[in-house]
Amino acid sequence: MNVNVCNVCLSEFSPVVRADTPRVLEALTMGLFTELKDSISRVTDRLFSDQEPKRIGIYGPPNAGKTTLANRIARDWTGDAIGTESHIPHETRRARRKENVQIERNGKSVTIDIVDTPGVTTKVDYEEFTDEMEEEDAIRRSREATEGVAEAMHWLREDVDGVIYVLDSAEDPITQVNTMLIGIIESRDLPVLIFANKIDLEESSVKRIEDAFPQHKTVPLSAKEGDNMDEVYDAIAAYFG
Amino acid sequence: MPTATNDSDGSDGIQIDLISGERMNELATMEKIRMILDGVHDGNIVILEEGLTPDEESKLIETTMAEINPDGFNGIEIETYPKGESSNSSLLGRIMGNDESGAKLTVIGPANRIETLHKDETLISTLVSRS
Ligand SMILES: Nc1nc2c(ncn2[C@@H]2O[C@H](COP(=O)(O)OP(=O)(O)OP(=O)(O)O)[C@@H](O)[C@H]2O)c(=O)[nH]1
Ligand SMILES: [Mg+2]
Repeated sequence: MNVNVCNVCLSEFSPVVRADTPRVLEALTMGLFTELKDSISRVTDRLFSDQEPKRIGIYGPPNAGKTTLANRIARDWTGDAIGTESHIPHETRRARRKENVQIERNGKSVTIDIVDTPGVTTKVDYEEFTDEMEEEDAIRRSREATEGVAEAMHWLREDVDGVIYVLDSAEDPITQVNTMLIGIIESRDLPVLIFANKIDLEESSVKRIEDAFPQHKTVPLSAKEGDNMDEVYDAIAAYFG
Repeated sequence: MPTATNDSDGSDGIQIDLISGERMNELATMEKIRMILDGVHDGNIVILEEGLTPDEESKLIETTMAEINPDGFNGIEIETYPKGESSNSSLLGRIMGNDESGAKLTVIGPANRIETLHKDETLISTLVSRS
């Protein structure tokens, strides 16, 4: 009977249980069911406790500055970067996670995992890249981009606990992709912050974004210049802490 | 399903698939997405009387991505026409411009095709908001 219980717990919680396997075995060999139960409940505590860092997905259209922001946050609090930034859209073609980013705010500390995702779109045309690279590379980039978008959508449905939605504030925020994605995020009841990025640009309009999505908090920033990062971290701590 | 063609821009007619809310309600998510993407792959403009749910939109984006290939299919363009609150008036009424309510239609087409439409004052807005 003990063995059955253990099978169940191993298959359901395998990655975490593995660390505790010696304890589980010890409990089994000693025939101490209560100790096994303790061990399982410690595992489940850890799985479901508030201490688990929340996974915050950084979403938005291609080129909005998601990776630039993810890198800035990661560099500010962990010292290293997450991915490469580029003026060519679809630079990020795989979701990348940075674990345990510990952000200090007003003497409190908030730990999150940051997931930098590929920019979402409904179309990819490799010919848009052929000015910048050989046709073969452009075709590969577009194929990887489509896989990346699908992956980003999958993460959004399954694997994130909150969303930072990054927009280029120099561009019109009312696009079908933005409206659809915000709708998808809302339908999943995920906490969301809208980041109006690139406020260093002359054409930037934060108000246009606030007016487009009045139901959400909008934080202006320049991820590239590092402008207004204090408010960025305050908002992250308040929403995702 | 009802279709309409427009030959006013020359030899290259455009076929429009109109899908009623009633028809959509009978279908499972993947059937809806197949119906939309099959139409789009044929080069048609698909007009939905009722929009998709957020979950369906998310699956539509994912499925579209899986079908993009450099030899022909660049993906889709989605728009809602006209911008405004939706109501329950009839699909045909809205298409024929008999409807003043500002109800919304979801229009989905091949990315390259819709761009062409935009250039000449869009057939779709003509159709949807014809006065
Ligand atoms: N002026 C300005 N440029 C920025 C800012 N943030 C990012 N950029 C630039 O915008 C371009 C795109 O930045 P990325 O961080 O690669 O954008 P992304 O959203 O990750 O793009 P994808 O990975 O392609 O979806 C790069 O050239 C950045 O240097 C900003 O705050 N101001
Ligand atoms: Mg990126």
